[in-house]
Amino acid sequence: MSYRLGIDVGGTNTDVVLLDSKNTVIAKAKTAVTADIVTGIRVGVGTVLDQSGVNAAEITHAMLGTTQVTNAIIERRELNEVAIVRLGAPATRAVKPLAGWPEDLRERYAKYSWIVGGGHEFDGREIALLDEDELHEIAESVKGRVQAVAITGVFSPVNTDHEERAARIFREVLGEDIPISLSYQLGSVGLLERENATVLNAAVSSVAKRATLSFQQALADLDVHAALYLAQNDGTLMSVEYALLYPILTIACGPTNSMRGAAYLTGLKNAIVVDVGGTSTDVGVLVNGFPRESFVAVDVGGVRTNFRMPDLYSIGLGGGSEVTESEDGVKVGPKSVGYRIVKEGRAFGGDTTTFTDVVVALSKAKVGTHEVRLPRELAERAYDVAIDKTVEAIDRMKTSSDAVPLILVGGGSVLLPSEFEGASEVHRPENYDVANAIGAAIAQVSGRVDRIFAMDQKSREDVLEEAKSIAIAEAIRAGAEASTIEVVEIEEVPIAYLPGNAVRIKVTVAGTLASYNQEEVGAHASH
Amino acid sequence: MRVTEQTLEALSIGAAILGTGGGGDPLIGKLMAQQAIAEYGPVELVSLDEIDDTDVVFPVAMMGAPTVFLEKVPAGEEGYMAVQRMERHLGKKVTALCPIECGGMNSMIPFVVAARMGLPVVDGDGMGRAFPELQMETFHVLGVSGTPACIADEWGNVVLFETVDNYRLESFARACTVKMGGYSHLVDYPMTGTQVKGTAVRGTVSMAIRLGEALQEAHRSHVNPVEAVLAATRNTIYGHGIALFQGKVVDVSRRTSDGFAVGQARLQGFDEEEGKSMVIDFQNENLIAKVGDEVVASVPDLITLLDPDTGYAITNERLRYGQRVVVIGIPTPEIMRSEAALSVWGPKQFGYDIPFIPLEQAYPDFYRRVGVPLEKEKYLALMPPLER
Repeated sequence: MSYRLGIDVGGTNTDVVLLDSKNTVIAKAKTAVTADIVTGIRVGVGTVLDQSGVNAAEITHAMLGTTQVTNAIIERRELNEVAIVRLGAPATRAVKPLAGWPEDLRERYAKYSWIVGGGHEFDGREIALLDEDELHEIAESVKGRVQAVAITGVFSPVNTDHEERAARIFREVLGEDIPISLSYQLGSVGLLERENATVLNAAVSSVAKRATLSFQQALADLDVHAALYLAQNDGTLMSVEYALLYPILTIACGPTNSMRGAAYLTGLKNAIVVDVGGTSTDVGVLVNGFPRESFVAVDVGGVRTNFRMPDLYSIGLGGGSEVTESEDGVKVGPKSVGYRIVKEGRAFGGDTTTFTDVVVALSKAKVGTHEVRLPRELAERAYDVAIDKTVEAIDRMKTSSDAVPLILVGGGSVLLPSEFEGASEVHRPENYDVANAIGAAIAQVSGRVDRIFAMDQKSREDVLEEAKSIAIAEAIRAGAEASTIEVVEIEEVPIAYLPGNAVRIKVTVAGTLASYNQEEVGAHASH
Repeated sequence: MRVTEQTLEALSIGAAILGTGGGGDPLIGKLMAQQAIAEYGPVELVSLDEIDDTDVVFPVAMMGAPTVFLEKVPAGEEGYMAVQRMERHLGKKVTALCPIECGGMNSMIPFVVAARMGLPVVDGDGMGRAFPELQMETFHVLGVSGTPACIADEWGNVVLFETVDNYRLESFARACTVKMGGYSHLVDYPMTGTQVKGTAVRGTVSMAIRLGEALQEAHRSHVNPVEAVLAATRNTIYGHGIALFQGKVVDVSRRTSDGFAVGQARLQGFDEEEGKSMVIDFQNENLIAKVGDEVVASVPDLITLLDPDTGYAITNERLRYGQRVVVIGIPTPEIMRSEAALSVWGPKQFGYDIPFIPLEQAYPDFYRRVGVPLEKEKYLALMPPLER
C-alpha cells in the first residue's frame, strides 16, 4: 500500500492529512503553526502516523502548501539581492523597472537594474537583436554581488528565445547555482506586472530554498522519504526543482487548496466554494475542478503583479468576527478576535460577542464550551447581516444568474446555513475542516499557454488546437502522465486595434503525476 | 497650473472616467509621464486664453492597441521625435502641446513630451472624451487639416503623412502603426494659437484632474465617491453629470470587428431601478445606454460605469457578471453637439439609426433642478413646461 501526505501551513494552523491510494482520508491533524514552521509540521505528521499506524516508509508522496514565501515578501525578510534585466531597448525605457514599487523595496533593488537591447513584437518579430555583449558585461559586473537574476523580455509569452538566451549568458558567467527567474514562466502579457512578479520571485528564491530543505529534513526526521511536491496558486503541483525556480507561484496556494479539496470531497467540478476561517471568508469559483483565475493585477506586498492567482472575493467575516451595535445598525466584522476566539468568544467563556456566539445563541450550531445568551433581536439582526454579506459575495463571483451548487469548507463553515439564495444545493462535505490539506494531497500537474494569436489566416479551431497542444506539452514536461491530461480552462479575449482579428488565448490543462500508479489513484474522486 | 507627479495621479483617475469605458488604461501613460516629470521637472498646464494667436500648437497622442503597449512599453522619446520631425517639416518651432483626447491613456502623452521639451500643455483637446478614430476630433469638424501628420516608433522611424482628407489619415496611419509593432506616437492637426482657440474643447484636462481630485478627496473624507464625481462636474462646460442607473452586470458579450472591441453589457437594477434593466452598447467606448427599449443616453454624451464603492471607472475589458456598477452620464460640451460634429460621431456614425438626444433633453426635471450651462438652456426650453 502507498500513502500520501497533504500538508497545508496556513496563518494559524498547520493541517495534515494522510490519504491512502484510493484517496481516502486515513488520518488528519490540526496543530498550531509554530514560529519555525517545521516543528508544527513534524508534530502534525507525527500525529497522523501515530493515529493511522501507517509505516512512514509507505508514504510515497508529500504535498505541501505553504505561506512562507508570502510572509517573506510582506515582512521583507531574507530577500535576495537581484540583478534585474529587461530585454526591450530601445523600447520600454519610458517606464523603468520598479516603477510604482513601495519606496523601501524600490531603493533596495534599483542598484542592479538594466534595460538591454532585445525583446519581441506582438507577432514574434524581434524588436532588436539581443545585446549579448552588454549581457556579458552585466553578468560580470554582478558576479558575487547578487544572489539571483530576474530576466524579463518584451512579449516573451509569445517568443521565449531572448529570455532563454540571456539566461544562458548569465549561467555561463555566474555558474550553475545562482537562480535565474524567467518572466515567461511566471506571468502573462503585461510587461511591468510580469517583470514585478519575476523580480519578487528572484528575491524570495533563497527563502524558498531554505524552507524547502527544512521541510524535507522535517519529513526525513520522521523517516518519511517521499517525493516532495509544492502546491501552487492555480491548484496544481510543482516538483521541488520547479518550486525552487518559481517559488512565488506558491503564494496563494492556501485558498486554492481549499477549493481543490472542496471539489474532491464533493465530486463537483463546477461550483462556488465558500471557505470560512476565523477572520475572513474567501469565496472562489471552481471551473472544471480548478479555481477560476484572477484576470486583474494582484498586489503582492505592495507590488502589482500578474502571475496566476485564484480569483477570490474575500469578506471580513469569520467565526471570530466581532459583533457591534451602533446608530448605523448592527455590524459583524471586519474586526475579529481571530484565533483568540477560544479565549475571548462568549461560547468559550470570554466576553466578546462574535459571529460564532450569534450562531450558538440562535441554536443554529453547537460550538464551544459555554452557553451563549444574546438579545434575540440583536442576534437575529447580526445573523442576517452576516448571511447577506455572504450571499452578496457569492453573487459577485457567479458568472450568470443561474443557481449553482455551493460547497462550504473551512473550520468556520459550520456557522453557515444549509440553504442559500442563488445556490441550487449546499454541500458541507465530511472533512471540510481539512479541505485545504486534502486539496494539496490530491493536486495534479498543469501546463498552460497565454499568447496572442491572429485568427485571419487560420480557423478558430486550428488556433485553439495549437494553443492546447502547447499547453499539453508543457504539462508533460512538468511531470503529467499524458493519458490523464484534461483541458481545465480556455479563455479567449479579443484585442482591439490589431489587424487579423487578434485574440489572446489562454489554455490551462492538467493531468495526474506520471509517477502515480493511475489504477490505484484515479484522476478524480467519484462520490 | 503646475502638473506634478501627484497631479498625474488625479488626472489618471479622471481620464479613466472621461474614457467612457475605453480609451486605454491610463496607468502606463501615467507611469511614463511621472518618469518624464521626475527626470525633467513639472509641466505647466495653460488655459486656451493664455495661448497667443501666433503660437504653434501640436496635438500629440499614441495610437494603436492598448494590449500591445501594456507589453511593449514605449521608449519615451517617440513623441519627441515625431514633434521634431514636424517642426522640420513646417519650418516652425512648436510652442505648446495639446492632447488629442482627454479620456484614457492619451490624456498623459502630451505631458511625457512636454516635460522632455520644457513646453506647456494646453488645457483643451479635440474630443472632450475618448473616441476611436483620428477624424473624430473637433479640429477635423471645424475644418483643420489633420495633416501634415507624423507617427514615430521607438527606433525613431518616422512616417510623415500628407493626405487629401482626415479619413485617409486615419486609415494610412493605422496601417503604418501595425507595421511599427502595434502602436505609434502621433502628431497631427498642427495648429496656430488662433486655430486651437477656435476649435479645441476647453478645459478638458483640468476637468479630468478635477474629477480625480474629487474622488481622492471623497476617499479621504469617506463621502459617497459617485456623488463626489457628479458634484465635480458642476459649473463645467460639460454640465452636471447624472446617475442614470445602478445595478449589477448580468451579461457581457464581446467580439472584435474591424479592430474594434464591440459588445454589450446588460445590467439588472437595484433599489429604485429594481425590476428594470439597462443595456450598454460599446465599440471600445460606451455608445448607447438603453432602459428597456428607450435610449436614455447616447454618444457623444459621456456614458461611464463606476464602481459604487470606490467611484473608479470600470473599463469595458474588465466588465463581468456580478459586478456592481453605477452608470453615470455626463453631457458633452456644446462644441461636440453641432450638426457637423454629430455627422462625425453621432449615433448614426457608429451604426445606430437613432437621433442624438442630449441628456438635458432626456432628463429635463433633473436639469431644471441642477441647472445647465448658459449655452445649454435651449434644451430646457425645448421641453414642455414643468408639471406641478
